[in-house]
Amino acid sequence: MSIQEQHTAGAPARASLLNDPKARGLFYQILLVTALVVLGYFIITNTLANLERQNIASGWDFLDTTAGFGIIQALAPYSETSSYGQALFVGFLNTVLVAVIGIFFATIIGFIVGVARLSNNWVISRLAYCYIELLRNIPLLLQIFFWYFAVLRAVPGKQEKWSFLFGWFGLNISGLRGPKPVFEPGSEFIGYALILGIILTVIVARWARKRRDATGQQFHTIWTGIGLIIGLPVLAYFVTGMPIALDFPVFVETGPRLRQGFQLGTGFNVIPEFLALTAALALYTASFIAEIVRAGIQAVSHGQTEAAHALGLRSGPTLRLVVIPQAMRVIIPPLTSQYLNLTKNSSLAVAIAFPDLVSVGGTVLNQTGQAIEIIAIWMIVYLSLSLITSAFMNWYNQRMALVER
Amino acid sequence: MANADMFHIRTEEAPVMPAPVSTTGVIGWLRQNLFSSIGNTILTVIGILIAYWIIAPFVQFAIIDAVWTGSDRTACLPEEGAGHAGACWAYVKAYLPQFIYGRYPVEEIYRVNIVYALFVALLVPLAMPSAPFKTVNALLFLVVFPIVSYFLLTGLVIGDNVILPIVETPVWGGLLVTLVIAVTGIVASLPLGVLLALGRRSKMPIVRLVSVIFIEFWRGVPLITVLFMSSVMLPLFLPEGVVFDKLLRVLIGVTLFSAAYMAEVVRGGLQAIPSGQYEGAKALGLRFWQMMGLIILPQALKLVIPGIVNTFIGLFKDTTLVLIVGMFDLLGQIQSSFSDPTWSSPTQGHSGYLFAAIVFWCFCFGMSRYSIFMEKKLHTGHKR
Repeated sequence: MSIQEQHTAGAPARASLLNDPKARGLFYQILLVTALVVLGYFIITNTLANLERQNIASGWDFLDTTAGFGIIQALAPYSETSSYGQALFVGFLNTVLVAVIGIFFATIIGFIVGVARLSNNWVISRLAYCYIELLRNIPLLLQIFFWYFAVLRAVPGKQEKWSFLFGWFGLNISGLRGPKPVFEPGSEFIGYALILGIILTVIVARWARKRRDATGQQFHTIWTGIGLIIGLPVLAYFVTGMPIALDFPVFVETGPRLRQGFQLGTGFNVIPEFLALTAALALYTASFIAEIVRAGIQAVSHGQTEAAHALGLRSGPTLRLVVIPQAMRVIIPPLTSQYLNLTKNSSLAVAIAFPDLVSVGGTVLNQTGQAIEIIAIWMIVYLSLSLITSAFMNWYNQRMALVER
Repeated sequence: MANADMFHIRTEEAPVMPAPVSTTGVIGWLRQNLFSSIGNTILTVIGILIAYWIIAPFVQFAIIDAVWTGSDRTACLPEEGAGHAGACWAYVKAYLPQFIYGRYPVEEIYRVNIVYALFVALLVPLAMPSAPFKTVNALLFLVVFPIVSYFLLTGLVIGDNVILPIVETPVWGGLLVTLVIAVTGIVASLPLGVLLALGRRSKMPIVRLVSVIFIEFWRGVPLITVLFMSSVMLPLFLPEGVVFDKLLRVLIGVTLFSAAYMAEVVRGGLQAIPSGQYEGAKALGLRFWQMMGLIILPQALKLVIPGIVNTFIGLFKDTTLVLIVGMFDLLGQIQSSFSDPTWSSPTQGHSGYLFAAIVFWCFCFGMSRYSIFMEKKLHTGHKR
């Protein structure tokens, strides 16, 4: 009794400072910070000394210097007299273009192959299986080389072409040519009509959902939306007097041999580097997306489908309203990382000299020697693309996530 | 009584009839799986056509029209008026040593062979779940093997005695470089990845922050920029006079890059261990590293073997990127052989790429099968 009292009366038992978790934690963290600071100091002093010895002035001034090299595909105004900064911007736009188009096609192909993998038809599911196992086990760089050096070198030379879709499009070694829309005055109204159509569709969809929640009545939002989004611009096109013309690529088959082929500045041209890169990226990533889609659909238990059928839903609405929303919850997180992978993998463009950010940056790096600045730009751009994509997908995922009590 | 004739009571069972031919055997299977409806039949026909369009030209190119023997390009040139020639396997055969060893000196190639043999001899029992002496085996593979193969591959000179002549890394190439980068990357990134994973789950805020920044940084940038960074920027970080050779710089970049991915894989394993295991270990009075080393990590690492194998497959495929910074891995070596005029023919490139594709595919497909096998093995009794 007395011992107990003594114990409670005294100060709480103190462990040695060596064994106190808080003190130890603080000590380790101080150690880590010190080590990082020392490492940082070591790197910075060495770098400064090395730069001084190589006579490279670090800083961002080089961005305003004239670049002096051409870029075969530029989405923004660019010429050889433009600056390095503009060249890098053009490269950045090309990266974004490849990523967006690659993601678009990879998603479509991936979903088709993923569903085909689950088909009851043995031939179709085997084909999908072979597609997936073949493409995801071969390095992407090899696939890019395959498309660029093997497939797109096998197409006709400059003087000939393969034409398809009523001869509107032509493919030869200089790339894929197609008609280019030419916007004449008045065509801006078509754009306004498109925006109006989208806004109206959103309003209709909201109203339809509210009405369905209140009364249970369905409304054909999809058909109305398609009608509004496509119909309004078409109407505007005719009302404003058809202001969009098509500029067809001019193909010359006679005359001097060097002048034969597609004429410069006519029609719309997709360069072969772009075709090879997007084809390889989309097909490669699609094989991963297909597996994700398959896993997602298989994760929805069969009881869900049976319950939907028991409620009287037909197989279309069952798929649309019951299976897919639940499968999407499983699909979205890994799908996000595949989109990010595709964006990062688009940097392989440098191997076939498609002018993306890394490729243009590499040229600038070779010309100026500003290694640190260029690599910093690459890292910042890719990191922010990653963060933006994952932020968007997290937002979408939260909307789709299971709402629990 | 007359009514009795109207009843018939069967006294023995009717003979069992065989199932209709259309529902059993090959025909039944075909009807059920391929021709169950009009839509299905159309799909089947389309599928067979697609398969035919892909397989027929491939077989024609790779086997029927292929040239298997020959000593130079004349063997692989298309005959007059014969149209397209097939694959030129004679060229691949002639170049095979270069594809496997690079420009490693011929009289020293036995050293590479020893490394390959040691690698297989240590990896196979390690990969087999039933093989004994796992701890010894793992130690040999992860600690002793790297040291031994380092000296075997680069050479060993003690004082003035040349025990093994030095072989500079620029002459390494082909599959050797591919395997060196992939295996070193994965073996070196494993401990780093474990540390980062523990750091990310640590209660110390600064440790956690540093780990998160490190992991997210390397995971957010493409490998090619990492390779550029290690080949262009790393030399700037070093004091004057210290020179890392190109292979070492690439290895550093690849290791840091894959450590971030490894950390996420290991973190998944750590999260899968129920907290009772942590609490039990603490209740026994184990310190942090004892708890991790004896209780948590053995369980967590076993759980993530499939994830580690998948990371390795990714890294193995990504080693091809080193050709962009001017190293000769398998793909780079094949590409550089295209400049040889002795074998230049229209199908040289196709044959080379096809060979590379087959080699990479066999490695990656084999590893992914192994990963699936381990996954099934490790999930006994957890299946819903």
